[in-house]
Amino acid sequence: MEVVSTVRTPLVTGQKTVHDVSEDICHYVEAKPNKLWMFGIILSLGALGFGGYCVFRTLWDGIGVWGLNKTVGWAWDITNFVWWVGIGHAGTLISAILLLFRQKWRMSINRAAEAMTIFAVICAAQFPLLHMGRLWLGFYWALPLPNTFGSLWVNFNSPLLWDVFAISTYFTVSLVFWYIGLIPDFATIRDRATGMRRSIYGALSFGWTGGAKDWNRYETVALVLAGLATPLVLSVHTIVSFDFATSVIPGWHTTIFPPYFVAGAIFSGFAMVLTLMIVTRKLFSLEDYITIYHIELMNIIIIVTGSIVGIAYITEFFIAWYSGVEAESYAFLNRATGPYWWAYASMMSCNVISPQLFWVKKIRTNIIATFTLSIIVNIGMWFERFVIIVTSLHRDFLPSSWAMFYPTMYDVGVYLFTFGVFFFFFLLFAKFFPVINMAEVKSIIKANSKKY
Amino acid sequence: METKKNYLVGIFDDSDKVLHGIGHVREQGVKIEEVFTPYPVHGIEAKLGYKRSKLSVAAFMFGALGTFLAILMQVWMLGIDWPMIIGGKNFVSAPTFVPVTFELTVLIGSLGMVGTFFVLSDLKPHKTPRIFDLRSTDDKMVMAVDLAVNKLSENEIQSILQASGASEVYRKDFE
Repeated sequence: MEVVSTVRTPLVTGQKTVHDVSEDICHYVEAKPNKLWMFGIILSLGALGFGGYCVFRTLWDGIGVWGLNKTVGWAWDITNFVWWVGIGHAGTLISAILLLFRQKWRMSINRAAEAMTIFAVICAAQFPLLHMGRLWLGFYWALPLPNTFGSLWVNFNSPLLWDVFAISTYFTVSLVFWYIGLIPDFATIRDRATGMRRSIYGALSFGWTGGAKDWNRYETVALVLAGLATPLVLSVHTIVSFDFATSVIPGWHTTIFPPYFVAGAIFSGFAMVLTLMIVTRKLFSLEDYITIYHIELMNIIIIVTGSIVGIAYITEFFIAWYSGVEAESYAFLNRATGPYWWAYASMMSCNVISPQLFWVKKIRTNIIATFTLSIIVNIGMWFERFVIIVTSLHRDFLPSSWAMFYPTMYDVGVYLFTFGVFFFFFLLFAKFFPVINMAEVKSIIKANSKKY
Repeated sequence: METKKNYLVGIFDDSDKVLHGIGHVREQGVKIEEVFTPYPVHGIEAKLGYKRSKLSVAAFMFGALGTFLAILMQVWMLGIDWPMIIGGKNFVSAPTFVPVTFELTVLIGSLGMVGTFFVLSDLKPHKTPRIFDLRSTDDKMVMAVDLAVNKLSENEIQSILQASGASEVYRKDFE
């Protein structure tokens, strides 16, 4: 008996059977890479090449090659760091928070979103490490390891150290969560393969057989990990915002930062998921798994978080004036009308105005419009961090120290390097790993079709 | 040397069929070794008589260990081993220890739980699993019955499996 729900939109279209799911997803893992994929790899290797040179010069000559000066000591590097960490928020949000809320539409997108999270966090971590100048000493400066200074331990009162713990915990837990989900799918690939591929995916699948007892434990692990990862996701960007909020710089010293940063992170994370998924969907013909309905739901999250971010901008501005603190009021006025007004205007138009277009159903269900807006949102989110960081610093406490920040080729190059890393890893993932969580999708196909 | 193991393998085409089938097979007094499914089938653990997994208890214990270790580490390093005045605050300044304590709780809690899961289910990269039917990770539900632990004869079990909805029943021996 076929049972078709009249109230719920089907999450997988095209009348797929359980076997079709294995076939559709494993097919791309087993096939030879196509030309478009090769082109992507070459492009990202190009970015890695030029970026690698800039990273080398940064390490060889020191961070003097960047555009930083005595007044603006943090600029592109921390902007990029916060931007990448923000992007890294969608994956675990999708797989953990949406799992707790039993949102089944997460199932077709969680695998790729989690992969994106992991790669984005790898990209983010490069900036604080490079800014240390002497990368190889990073371990001693950032981790509580016994050292030859006495042992002079790390400072647990510093938000920068909290960041080290937050980012590394987030990376580890996301990686584990992602890998646990991959194990049953690796077993599917293993059981279809022969020879070398069978032994590689066999090792990756950890000897998974899909016994009922193992599934029982697996589901408990997934649920508890989701429960642990949910406060973790929220804590990470909260702690990133503490880097600024616990300081005494006008424009940074605001209590609104933690919720505002978290909303911004989810906003930019979902935008990046959309950018990548629209391309992946096209590249691997996954239109039946990632439907317009999925895209629409993600766009709705973008409207919600985009509006929260918009309200945060306005509240911040209002409080700066209402507080009566001159330095604070000036910092905000300077953001909007000072020499970096164009960055502020880009941030406002990309983050506050553009997502409001998604109120129109025609726009939020249109792929080209969604793709364009998802990129605009991430440009806006980059400018948000740039505005917060650079405009708060460039007007120092003494007017004689006022300065401007201009990026050099090396600032841009190091940023490009992280793009290279991100897309290189993502393309490898998309080719060699199952991009959709087959086991989970199989369970929802069942839920909305045949009954006996 | 391991003795030869003889199994009867029943293939079911659908998760609803296997759910009904398990009850039927167990009512007839057949002991099921395990049921292998390509995706988690809810309710199957109750039908097979499995208890709820206690992994969440492991997660709690490891989490508590993480909290304890984090507090111990921070208090010892900044309070005892090398006290320093930072921002005019106490050597042991409890509020600033919250973030690191939280992160280590989550880290050790989740790694400990996942480690326990790998040990309990014997999951490791160099393992060669005993696979009854390759289709069990694709689209079939596979029920394995160990002939040695059942008193009924092979033919009897075969007919019970078929009557319970198995589309295919065959014998499989492992060395």
